[in-house]
Amino acid sequence: MELKEKLISSYVAFENGIDINSNIHEIRSKAFQNFEALGFPTKKLEAWKYTSLNSVLKEDYSIFPNKANSVEMADVKQYFIHDIDTYKIIFIDGKYSSFLSETTHDTIDVCLMSAAFTKPKYKAVIENYFNKVAKQDNLTSLNTAFATEGAYINIPKNIEVQKPIQIINFTTGSEAATMLQPRNLIVVGENSHVQIIERHQSLTNNPVLTNSVTEIFADKRAFVDYYKIQNDKKTASLVDNSFIEQKSNSVVSVHTFSFGGNITRNNLNFYQKGEYIDSILKGVTIIEGKQHVDHCTLVHHIEPNCESHQDYKGIYDDRSTAVFNGKVIVNKEAQKTNAYQQNNNVLLSDKATINAKPQLEIFADDVKCSHGCTIGQLDDEALFYMQQRGIPKKEGKALLMYAFANTVLESVKIPEVKQRITKLIAKKLGVNIGFDL
Amino acid sequence: MSKYTEEDLEKELETQEYKYGFYTDIESDTFPVGLNEDVVRAISKKKNEPEWMTEWRLEAFRVWEKMEEPEWANVHYEKPKFQDIAYYSAPKKKPKLNSLDEVDPELLDTFKRLGISIDEQKKLANVAVDIVMDSVSVATTFKKTLGEKGIIFMPISEAIQEHPELVRKYLGTVVPTTDNFYAALNSAVFSDGSFCYIPKGVRCPMELSTYFRINEGGTGQFERTLVVADKGSYVSYLEGCTAPSRDENQLHAAVVELIAMDDAEIKYSTVQNWYPGNKEGKGGVYNFVTKRGLCENNAKISWTQVETGSAVTWKYPSCILKGNNSVGEFYSIAVTNNHQQADTGTKMIHLGKNTRSTIISKGISAGHSQNSYRGLVHVGARAENARNFSQCDSLLMGNACGAHTFPYIEAKNKSAQIEHEATTSKIGEDQLFYCNQRGIDTEKAIALIVNGFSKEVLNKLPMEFAVEAQKLLEISLEGSVG
Repeated sequence: MELKEKLISSYVAFENGIDINSNIHEIRSKAFQNFEALGFPTKKLEAWKYTSLNSVLKEDYSIFPNKANSVEMADVKQYFIHDIDTYKIIFIDGKYSSFLSETTHDTIDVCLMSAAFTKPKYKAVIENYFNKVAKQDNLTSLNTAFATEGAYINIPKNIEVQKPIQIINFTTGSEAATMLQPRNLIVVGENSHVQIIERHQSLTNNPVLTNSVTEIFADKRAFVDYYKIQNDKKTASLVDNSFIEQKSNSVVSVHTFSFGGNITRNNLNFYQKGEYIDSILKGVTIIEGKQHVDHCTLVHHIEPNCESHQDYKGIYDDRSTAVFNGKVIVNKEAQKTNAYQQNNNVLLSDKATINAKPQLEIFADDVKCSHGCTIGQLDDEALFYMQQRGIPKKEGKALLMYAFANTVLESVKIPEVKQRITKLIAKKLGVNIGFDL
Repeated sequence: MSKYTEEDLEKELETQEYKYGFYTDIESDTFPVGLNEDVVRAISKKKNEPEWMTEWRLEAFRVWEKMEEPEWANVHYEKPKFQDIAYYSAPKKKPKLNSLDEVDPELLDTFKRLGISIDEQKKLANVAVDIVMDSVSVATTFKKTLGEKGIIFMPISEAIQEHPELVRKYLGTVVPTTDNFYAALNSAVFSDGSFCYIPKGVRCPMELSTYFRINEGGTGQFERTLVVADKGSYVSYLEGCTAPSRDENQLHAAVVELIAMDDAEIKYSTVQNWYPGNKEGKGGVYNFVTKRGLCENNAKISWTQVETGSAVTWKYPSCILKGNNSVGEFYSIAVTNNHQQADTGTKMIHLGKNTRSTIISKGISAGHSQNSYRGLVHVGARAENARNFSQCDSLLMGNACGAHTFPYIEAKNKSAQIEHEATTSKIGEDQLFYCNQRGIDTEKAIALIVNGFSKEVLNKLPMEFAVEAQKLLEISLEGSVG
């Protein structure tokens, strides 16, 4: 049975299984109808011109992994940022694992969507924020229709969250193929600061398809620092849909590190609903084999005096393919906007492909908008220089690539995350050097 | 000096009338409106075309019937009703001429009012002109001089009669009849256009030029240009367009094919000034043009365009860099004002080794206009050492207009070096202030700045054209203040 039909036929049972009277029932049904009408995206859609999901959709996914699986901490410790104290929201096959997690309700809420959906005290937040900023496109609608579990983070006003929050979705592979649809909601109050690290990790080589949706609301003067570490098995595919709404003077930055996975699609959308907002989108992609990574970003400048900064670096080897599809829209009212977009790519192999589509749509006249996009190779002379001085070719190349990606790494604010990423890059490039020479 | 404000600018831009909007009362021979196989046959018969040509047109027509109008461009307009258009309109007294003196004086007057006096051009600029009025070639000057060099430059309808082997060999090889909706339509119904063949090793001694003008109401203009530069030859080709003011929308769907064989070079320049519609956006020409060039080894094709007219423009002059070491260039200025919409850019398809391309695109939008750059740089897997540099700059005047960029970059070869950069800005107040301080009034200062902004492209135009282009820019944007 095709995945779409399977999802459609299981929806009724799913809806009956959960509380049909819940206040989000209507949102779900509407989203479901939307998905039923639109289906999965195809290459005919402009936004999916260079990415086809066909190869991953043909697996026979188990949509509701029912078994409660557990994993040993020792087996998964490596996937945590474990050298610092953090809050943790951990899911195993889409189910919350209280054993691995460390949540809190002490002044801030770091807990679960399933709780937020059902408990009356969260009702107001869900009504105000759930599915409000998410685009009503096909995959987001699909996620909304089946939304049951995910991370729920609510930070009230004037709080600087002391520890970073880790959200990790593990897949055990106990089913032949698993489809997961985590749904996260993050609300950050005025003047509050929070750092979040998100990761998707499968523990076996069974195919996994994750269709994740995250909504983030940053109130006035809020600071949100978000890191996505994508270093999954080569059999796991991920569609990450993130929607961020910002109010005046807030700063939200999202760093995406894509090293692993089969097909990875990042839909990262920023909506600036206020003045003096700063949005930062950065990413490093290093892939090889037959991997495919697609960054599809949108920054919508709606009000005046805002800024956005995008910086994406990519290194592609073997038969890997990559897409950068960055869009900046500046509304008529959004005067004095500064929007920068930078996308640099290195192709290491003749079989690798990069498709870039940096777009600007500008309706205001008093703006500074620029985008730059380059495709090139490593500097042979720089490499030769290093070889002359006794640095082997492989290490020299790795150093150059690290330097190439460094503008993104520089702005990582959690030192342990930076260290981890540096190690991952070294591993990915097959060298054993620390880079902090 | 009283302060020149934004309101003044808006007023001035609004009242800026189309300077070429006049209608020449020449009796024309127009087909009844509508399109079917019979009309296609009739056009072909009227032109006294050989059998293969008629078949070629019919094939294109059959393909066109099954096609749908493209909708992906970032433009919004009322679709032309293809059955309400007359597909053939020729000045009735078609003159067979050897010299300009024999041209209908009224026609000559038309060209004078266009500011492009052929007379003057002929004497001063040494330009050979082929004038296409409502899709029919009226006069080709300098045929004799060109003939001595073996250069063929004539209306394509005559070329079909006189050089059928050349036309048949090359027509539709770069832009196939099935290419897109408008190319198919053009292939079916084109009534005339220009044909140019430069023999091996010949450097064309003068600029070749075609002038297009839509005269008759309710007609579509479908001209077809085919330029073939044989090995080692060089030609520079100019094309200019105007149309009288009319309330209804006129359709212009042309196809231009360039073929540059080994070591040849073609320089193709366009100044497009079709009627853009009035200030409410009523009327104006729909300009849906397919232009494409094919480069063999060491060949070079350079497109230069100045686009100031048309209500809706949909145009992507492209280069297929098939041969090794071939070069493609695209220089463009697109100015939109009032309710004009332009979606224009280029495609550079790198297939051969060591191919290079340069794209410089300058968009200037004012009033309520929308100006989009849409481009593709494609580097094939076998295109070793391909090199591309693209630059798209947009200048916005007033807050009711929009500037958009949709670049597509596809690289499949690791040795490719591609750079793309785009900026959007307005004329800085500090820049204006600097000029004012030095006694240059605001209007002149803006002309200066816009000229500077477009200089890289204007420099690429042949001399005679650069003057006209500069004039057009001034007309389109007189006294613009951001």
